[in-house]
Amino acid sequence: MELIIFYILVAGILISSVLTVTSRRILRAAVYLLFMLLGSAGLFFMLNFYFLAAVQLTVYAGGIIVLIIFSVMLTSQVNEKLEAAGLKKSLFSLIAVAAGTVVCISAILNYNFPAVSSAENDTSMRTIGLQLLSYKENGYALPFEVISILLLASMVGAIIIAKRDVSK
Amino acid sequence: MENFGYTVIVPFLLFISFLLIGLAGGKFKPALSGIAGTFSVLVCTVISYITAFSYFSGAGLVNDVYQKIIPYNTEWMRFTDKLVINMGILLDPISVMMLVVISTVSLMVHIYSLGYMKGDSGYSRYFSFLSLFTFSMIGLVISTNIFQTYVFWELVGVSSYLLIGHYYQKPSAVSASKKAFVVTRFADLGFLLGILILSNITGTFDYSILTDPNGSALTQGSAISFMGLSVMTWALILVFMGCAGKSAMFPLHIWLPDAMEGPTPVSALIHAATMVVAGVFLVARLFPLYALSAPAALHLVGYVGAFTSLFAAIIACTQTDIKRILAFSTISQIGLMMLALGVSDFGGEKGLGYMASMFHLFNHAMFKALLFLCAGSVIHAVHSNEMNGMGGLRKFMPVTHITFLVACLAIAGIPPFSGFFSKDEILVAAYEKDFLLFIVSMIIAGLTAFYMFRLYFSVFWNKASDYKTAPHESPSSMAVPLMFLAFASLITGFIPFSNFVTADGKGFETHIHWGIALPAVGIALAGIFTAMVIYKKESDLPQRIKASLGSLYSLVYKKFYIDEIYIFITKKIIFNGISTPVAWFDRKVVDNTMNGIAAVTNFVSVKIKSFQSGQLQQYAYVMVSGMIIIILFVLYLWNK
Amino acid sequence: MIEGIQLEFFLILGTLVFFIGIYGFLTRKNLITMLMSAELILNAVNINFVAFNKYLYPENLEGQFFALFIIAIAATEVAVAVSIIISLYRRIKSIDVEKVNEMKY
Repeated sequence: MELIIFYILVAGILISSVLTVTSRRILRAAVYLLFMLLGSAGLFFMLNFYFLAAVQLTVYAGGIIVLIIFSVMLTSQVNEKLEAAGLKKSLFSLIAVAAGTVVCISAILNYNFPAVSSAENDTSMRTIGLQLLSYKENGYALPFEVISILLLASMVGAIIIAKRDVSK
Repeated sequence: MENFGYTVIVPFLLFISFLLIGLAGGKFKPALSGIAGTFSVLVCTVISYITAFSYFSGAGLVNDVYQKIIPYNTEWMRFTDKLVINMGILLDPISVMMLVVISTVSLMVHIYSLGYMKGDSGYSRYFSFLSLFTFSMIGLVISTNIFQTYVFWELVGVSSYLLIGHYYQKPSAVSASKKAFVVTRFADLGFLLGILILSNITGTFDYSILTDPNGSALTQGSAISFMGLSVMTWALILVFMGCAGKSAMFPLHIWLPDAMEGPTPVSALIHAATMVVAGVFLVARLFPLYALSAPAALHLVGYVGAFTSLFAAIIACTQTDIKRILAFSTISQIGLMMLALGVSDFGGEKGLGYMASMFHLFNHAMFKALLFLCAGSVIHAVHSNEMNGMGGLRKFMPVTHITFLVACLAIAGIPPFSGFFSKDEILVAAYEKDFLLFIVSMIIAGLTAFYMFRLYFSVFWNKASDYKTAPHESPSSMAVPLMFLAFASLITGFIPFSNFVTADGKGFETHIHWGIALPAVGIALAGIFTAMVIYKKESDLPQRIKASLGSLYSLVYKKFYIDEIYIFITKKIIFNGISTPVAWFDRKVVDNTMNGIAAVTNFVSVKIKSFQSGQLQQYAYVMVSGMIIIILFVLYLWNK
Repeated sequence: MIEGIQLEFFLILGTLVFFIGIYGFLTRKNLITMLMSAELILNAVNINFVAFNKYLYPENLEGQFFALFIIAIAATEVAVAVSIIISLYRRIKSIDVEKVNEMKY
């Protein structure tokens, strides 16, 4: 049962991501992206990372996609049909990307990963919270604080960059 | 031996005066530049006289032989152990004599210029260049080695260029100064080659070593021979080429008549008394080499001098510009000095020609400068150079008239004026050595008397032309030098030169050979008489003579077309044949190569420019593909 | 861990999505669609981290934390990118990436 769901999710992710990059309408591309993110969240659920999946759904699917759609609306691109990419450009990109894929996959397949152990991991909220704010070993207090500063900076930056010039 | 260290003041003071007047002269009143220049030359003259007096009266003598005294000799440039160039002061009979000549004539010219150049816009510049010239000339005569002579030789050429081109707004003056410089520079090519060969075979530049009669320098190079003459002879012939250029020997004489474009005091100083005798001086300086190791070169010197002298004397008979006549007279007299050197031997009484040449140099400086200054007086009064437009000036300008007459008598060789004594010695030396040259010298003496008195009578006698403004006598600043030089022309003949200035330093007695002197005076008087008959009274005899000589006259009047030949050679042959192809090569081949390189660089840069296109996706693409390539490289091609 | 699925499967999935995202980034002309492709890239990395965490080091939570932080950073990045796009749109009235080329020779 799990296998079937897994394969459906993987197919969904792949198809959605291909459609995102080749769709000729912006809003459709945004929606395909949303589907891809949902599939990704599903994968996280299957791997027992509940909190991460929830965050993915909330922040990514709920926040970022909405932001993208807002920006699409603000730049009046909603109804126009996007041009397809030029042949030369897509050909060269395809070659590069294909080469990269081949290199990476061959590297992955040639490597002997150690055998999987079947120990269960503890992914409850309590553990996550404790580890997130812990300053002992394996603690993420510093990145947590830095991320908060980063969020502040990006908020300020986004407001200032997009502010309409008052003098006009 | 007394220490002659104070002689170093002379060149330094003049150099400082040149710098000061040149740089600061424009800021003060012009008259101040004149006074500063004159004062520094006056100091130098006094020092020169003191040096000469103390040298000749005993300080230079050791066992009755005049020594070369070297107060200073400092190393200037050292290339290798053997190749050393010094700067120093050498005092020996001819250099001390030249010190006296140069400073006296320069002083007279400075005082004269105070009046002559008054009101000229380039007054300060003129005096600073006069100081530069005096400095260069003195540096030339006191050099201790041949390379120092070369340095000051070129400096003298530069000063001459600057002074001839003083009226630089006149195109004729500019081209005359260029001509002078280029011709002497061309001659200096030979000079430099001669220096190099000479120093190569003797291993030194120094005069004391080169001209030591017992030294080894004399025998160098006589073993090697090239086209029939020894290397030493070739070197000395090349050095003589430089002397010929500077002293206006045929065929490098063309610059001197044109150099009369400069102000007349400049002509008096440079082109009569001092610079043009630099060539004679150099041959005299190297005389032991010429006489003892390369007699063939000395023969050449003598014959070139004789030919030039005759050539110039003939041309001078037909010229009508006062200064041109005097220029050709200078060429002729210097030719005579070269002739005298050519017929001289070395040692004791046989060195009569050497002594006569130096004696004539001394006297000639005085009376030729006087002639030029008088001509300047006349030109100042009449505002024209043409002899035909003048006449009867003896009524208007008595001082100039008398002094001019004194100078003419001196140059013609009439006793008791100075020219008689020196010319007599030259004739005696020529008679004893080479009879052909003796005949030529007699002819030249006659022609000299003729053309000088032709000039004298045409200007001061003849009929008075109608002058727009009545000519007036010169101011006293111009008249005093005239009188001083006339006095010098009178008395310098009586100096017992042979006791002081000889080829090997030993004095000897001379006396007048009446057997040669009387015919010489006779020929001179004949020349004067002929000139008097033709030119003293107004008549059409000159025109009849000119008409009867016809084309021969015009050939001589055009100076034997030498200038035209030179122009033909340079324009048709050198410019068209050599310069034009070289210029074409430079413009088309060399420049186009450079342009081609630039064009290639441009082309490549345009092509490479597109890498920085500003297109985001292109940058990303390059990044991604680069990364993949590096990964491939590290994974598979790196040497593990 | 999911029974029957090897680690390589997840990794290959991650790789494919990553390179699809790169393809989209290099090919698309619209700035916003380029942004979306960048999101794909970040997501692919997330999948990789999580897969490593689950299969190789199950007792730690490192991979999950990394993924968490990546999500946070992606969010900030999109915010700033969108504000830049809006500001750019105001200036040149277009969001074609080929028009944004002033940083050149």
